[in-house]
Amino acid sequence: MAGTIEQRFGPYGGRYVPETLMPALQELEAAWSQARVDRSFQAQLSAQLSEFAGRPTPIYPARRLSEQLGWEVLLKREDLNHTGSHKLNNALGQVLLAQRMGKRRIIAETGAGQHGVATATACARCGLECVVYMGAEDVRRQRPNVQRMALLGARVVAVQAGARTLKEAVSAAIRDWVANVESTHYVIGSAVGPAPYPALVRDLQRVIGSEARAQVLERCGRLPGRVIACVGGGSNAIGIFSAFLEDAQVQLIGVEAGGEGLAGSRHGAPLTVRGRPGVLHGSLSAVLQDEEGQIREAHSVSAGLDYPGAGPEHAFLRDSGRARYVAVTDAQALAAFRKLCRLEGIIPALESAHALAWLADDAPPGELDLLCLSGRGDKDLAEVIALSEGAAGAAQGELEGR
Amino acid sequence: MSATTPQSGVARLAEAFAARRRPAALMPYVMGGFPTLADSLAIARACIEVGADVIELGVPYSDPLADGPVIQAAGARALAGGADLAGVLEVARAIAPEVPVVVMAYANMVLAPGAQRFLERLRIAGASGLIVPDLPLEESGRLRAIADALGIALVPLIAPTTPQRRLAQIAACARGFLYLVSVTGTTGERSLEELRYAELIAAARPHTQLPLALGFGIASAEHARAAVQAGAEGVVIGSRLVRAAEAAERPAEAVAEVLARIAEGLVR
Repeated sequence: MAGTIEQRFGPYGGRYVPETLMPALQELEAAWSQARVDRSFQAQLSAQLSEFAGRPTPIYPARRLSEQLGWEVLLKREDLNHTGSHKLNNALGQVLLAQRMGKRRIIAETGAGQHGVATATACARCGLECVVYMGAEDVRRQRPNVQRMALLGARVVAVQAGARTLKEAVSAAIRDWVANVESTHYVIGSAVGPAPYPALVRDLQRVIGSEARAQVLERCGRLPGRVIACVGGGSNAIGIFSAFLEDAQVQLIGVEAGGEGLAGSRHGAPLTVRGRPGVLHGSLSAVLQDEEGQIREAHSVSAGLDYPGAGPEHAFLRDSGRARYVAVTDAQALAAFRKLCRLEGIIPALESAHALAWLADDAPPGELDLLCLSGRGDKDLAEVIALSEGAAGAAQGELEGR
Repeated sequence: MSATTPQSGVARLAEAFAARRRPAALMPYVMGGFPTLADSLAIARACIEVGADVIELGVPYSDPLADGPVIQAAGARALAGGADLAGVLEVARAIAPEVPVVVMAYANMVLAPGAQRFLERLRIAGASGLIVPDLPLEESGRLRAIADALGIALVPLIAPTTPQRRLAQIAACARGFLYLVSVTGTTGERSLEELRYAELIAAARPHTQLPLALGFGIASAEHARAAVQAGAEGVVIGSRLVRAAEAAERPAEAVAEVLARIAEGLVR
């Protein structure tokens, strides 16, 4: 992983932040360029990933799903990572880095709560103060994760601005960082934000792809035909994609939140709809915006994908043709969520259910697919059950009215 | 500095600082479209009555990362009320004959129509300068080249966290004035104890001949006096005025009253 840290991916990326943060970003870039080639740091991180997080996570041949589809599907089980998602890979790495930089206070944003829980966990383990910003709407729909963060000793701040979801949580975290930059490290949770964050988060999530590539080769003696992952900001996707970038024959598919459909504005699929690039949260990338450059609110049933932007490296991979981005609707994701529960005995996160939905509904036939199951769905139970009851109620009403 | 015509924004700003009647120029911030477009024009006119030397005119934005809660909320309300760039530039056009106007807009709004087109619209509206609070030195080269060609001053910000060497680089590219962010944080009122005016002025002074303006957190005559004593040649007053407009039945009168009180502090 030696070499310089990318500031830009083609035209995308950069550092569009208040001047107050510029020295901190330069300091972070310098710290990471040393740490990522420092053997003792890497040894410390990899020990924590195995002893504490439980890595490597397995790949699992989803036999009944494969039978139904007619081709073989392997799931990379990030849901089995400690705290229930891939988010801990990044949080552990960044918290270790923050310690190395002498920062005593950690802040983070969270959408679904998975990154907040992962960061709170890493902070508890290292004895650091932790503050997590979370949109008030997400506090409501991801209650169990809010309770977990509190148990782990983090302070959760409910953000009331705007649509009260992930976008506003990131903005609030950045504002906190502007005010406390000398003492604080901001553990950003996705492959977004000003440089060096997109590269830093990718480097820390690359473990998903490195493990999976070796595991597939060992198991099947060949590479997968397609690698499929959901994309909000895109950290699990960039983590698994990055190990396959050089394997030109492997297709990379990112699945975004189609919300209520791409025809309207209620979705979270900036890469798929290919609008004009824009600046959001410090980098230039694919973003949902109006003519004047006001950022639009995203919508998704999945809090982790409910975001109007995407990581700059994804925008670059899309333009270069190396990766393809598609979207599935809320309804498709909910159906895939239920399907995996029944077919494989795995309750997936609603985010990961988007990747499954593309495979189940829209994908052309494959032969050997590798899908990143980025997290488990315990956090989503209340929301899914409420939505199912709502749908059942509506169907019932329709029957009675007829 | 680049070649400028006598009518250029750069020259107008230089004149305004030179002709100031107080030890530091009075530079109120007005959020365009807040509480309404008509109110924001009335507020700007009231500020001119009080003796504003320069008006900083904010364009409301959906994701203002450098702003604290007061200006965030004002921007959200302005947008909800239908304010857009055209409306805010109408305010600029109306007041520009009387006072130099420096527009404050976030990077995505500048990039959305393209930097050239955005700056041309500013020039047509008669604006003298532009501040982009999320466009640091490294990202601003192209915008500055276009602004120079159009005679619009691209005003950079310096923060308390900016190291000396970087400060020198930023100062070398500054046009109009140098905006010193007086606190490590977002916009909003602060107690006097939090402020590091003298330190900031002393750090910046050796690097530029341009006027040094202090902003962020200036909310009272005491703040203004402290800024003057520290050697500031301009003071920007933002959140305190926006708060006055928010609470009042007659926003323009309320803002004028608060601004006049703060201006009384601009004495040695």
